Amino acid sequence: MTVEELREVAEKELARQQEYRHRVLYCSAAGCVSCGSGATKEAIKNSLKERGLDKEIEVLGTGCMGLCGQGPLVKVHSDDTLYERVDEGVARRIVEEHIVRGEKVQDNLVDTSAPFFSSQKKIVLENCGKINAESIEEYIAVGGYEALAKCLTEHQPIEVIEIVRKSGLRGRGGAGYPTGLKWGIVHKAKGEQKYVICNADEGDPGAFMDRSVLEGDPHRILEGMAIAGYAVGATQGFIYIRAEYPLAIDRLKLAIKQAERLGLLGNRIFESQFNFRIDLRIGAGAFVCGEETALLRSIEGRRGRPRPRPPYPSERGLWGMPTLINNVETYANIAPIINKGSEWFASIGTPKSTGTKVFALAGNIKNTGLIEVPMGVPLRTIIFDIGGGTLDGTEFKAAQTGGPSGGCIPKEFLDLPVDYESLATVGSIMGSGGMIVMDSTSNMVEVAKYFMEFCKDESCGKCIPCRVGTVHIHGLLDKISKKQATPDDLALLEELCLTVMKTSLCGLGQSAPNPVRSTLKFFRDEYEQLLSPALAFVPSSNGNVSDKHE
Amino acid sequence: MAAPSTTQSKNGHPSGDNRFKLLDRTITKHHSRGDALIEVLHAAQGIFGFLENDLLIYVARSLRLPLSTVYGVATFYHFFRLKPKGEHTFVLCMGTACYVKGAAGIQKAVEEHCQCKLGETTTDNKISLIQARCVGSCGLAPVAVIDDNVAGKLTPESAIGRIKQCQSTAVEVEA
Repeated sequence: MTVEELREVAEKELARQQEYRHRVLYCSAAGCVSCGSGATKEAIKNSLKERGLDKEIEVLGTGCMGLCGQGPLVKVHSDDTLYERVDEGVARRIVEEHIVRGEKVQDNLVDTSAPFFSSQKKIVLENCGKINAESIEEYIAVGGYEALAKCLTEHQPIEVIEIVRKSGLRGRGGAGYPTGLKWGIVHKAKGEQKYVICNADEGDPGAFMDRSVLEGDPHRILEGMAIAGYAVGATQGFIYIRAEYPLAIDRLKLAIKQAERLGLLGNRIFESQFNFRIDLRIGAGAFVCGEETALLRSIEGRRGRPRPRPPYPSERGLWGMPTLINNVETYANIAPIINKGSEWFASIGTPKSTGTKVFALAGNIKNTGLIEVPMGVPLRTIIFDIGGGTLDGTEFKAAQTGGPSGGCIPKEFLDLPVDYESLATVGSIMGSGGMIVMDSTSNMVEVAKYFMEFCKDESCGKCIPCRVGTVHIHGLLDKISKKQATPDDLALLEELCLTVMKTSLCGLGQSAPNPVRSTLKFFRDEYEQLLSPALAFVPSSNGNVSDKHE
Repeated sequence: MAAPSTTQSKNGHPSGDNRFKLLDRTITKHHSRGDALIEVLHAAQGIFGFLENDLLIYVARSLRLPLSTVYGVATFYHFFRLKPKGEHTFVLCMGTACYVKGAAGIQKAVEEHCQCKLGETTTDNKISLIQARCVGSCGLAPVAVIDDNVAGKLTPESAIGRIKQCQSTAVEVEA
């Protein structure tokens, strides 16, 4: 394929779309599929067929439209009308009233001028909910693979790295390491073979951003990875994805096949000397595999156990070769940066945290769903403007970010700008982007215990602080929640948290005490209320705690 | 191992169970390389339903790996099952969003109803209760996946209703 041929594909696809009077889009991401968007699609199609309109109106499935709590969602593309809770009955009404008579179905109309939509800025999710995720032609029609073409025909690898470095893009997996810097290290590292890996092992409970991007715009990730491959000098890419995401796996498999068919992956891409292949690796349900060295082991077919760093994977990674590992969202940002330039990207967000961040908003909040905001937006905007506040107007208590590695942000910090540094100052982390809102009904000791139970189960067992420490922290929390603990236990808990944090081998153990530490910091009274000095001699309940590593 | 198929042809698998031919295909695709172990175990579980000891030995021999490595990997990852599962599966999501919205209450109700804990199968082998970390449908919390269908916005009552439905219906034979 040449650049001219790519543009031809785009024009042909645009002409094809012009032939239809209306395009009806239904959300086919996992959230809406589970509330029955399959039946909605059938109802729309049958209803169109009955009226003989099926040749004039195109019905297609797209990626996530954002408002996951109000599914299934349907959009009439020509006049940008969004409908919520579209069951079969509403689907027939949309065809009858909107498509045939041109009157919108008021009952299910979504107000797209509401803050939920207007406060967002979409870069990563630009195409999600707008294009058919299963068609490479539609992706090309909205400018897809142009960035790859531009890199291969106009830029040297080192120039591509420079563009990414100048954009200020930082890793979206949680730690926020500058992406351009990482690419530079892999580029300079010596090795016969280099690898590019996409970390799609989204294990944090309550996070579904990567899944939505992979389901809604898989080609964006392939393009980003190919550009990364060109920049660092790799010819093989792997996407490590969770087995729990069957739909995303299917879409990626299809996308890889389509890209190979058009010559956008494979040998001599855009008639250059650059060859690049991408293979999928399916995870098997281990949270620790999100840690990069554990992920490498898992791709090699072994138990996912981390190893000490350095050497970092950028120098010695997969099979000992230099390996670039980035998160899904990081790769999704690459094509827009190449297309629109690093200055444009750096102008969004804050000087230190540029660009946007995708969050999965869930918990006790009105508008649950997938959102994308510029970095540095105050937490208040996310929760009250975009999220619509807590359910039934109960009092907001805390927002939990970063999953089991993160912390709770209490209401005193609602005006905190959401970026890497600010979140770290209050003891939380950006994490991959799960944001769970808790109201006054949530008990913080139980929340901390919940996360510790998670870490205890997911600890790989290699290093002692994490394997034993998490079990004992969980035991202490259990004791506190059963009102059997003394002030001494609380002191022990704090000390243990510090030990586990400072001495664990990998990120899982080092960050496992975060939920406990942050709740202790802001909601200490809830812990203290449960203490009972009178029961100082009650034996520890640690004996009841099951530990799979014992 | 499962009963040998009655329609055994001349070019059937030596073990008499032609499902091994399917597995062999995956192994050949990966050139019997040891680093394809996880892929092969995925395929094996997909074909046989769970990973029996004999099956692990077969995989170890085919990939020329020590059995300890194969067993180690199979037990390390939550996704691999070493025991057969019940006729129906009820996967309760215990992700943060579901937890905040009351998954623990559902867990209690379901465990009481089935008289077995999450991770176990009922004594009549009808239902396996499984715990998931997050199925990514947080917008519909609390969520359970019942025989591959996601059921959202559950209450303890509706969850038990779903389970009763499973208990009363006959199994659909998987293709």
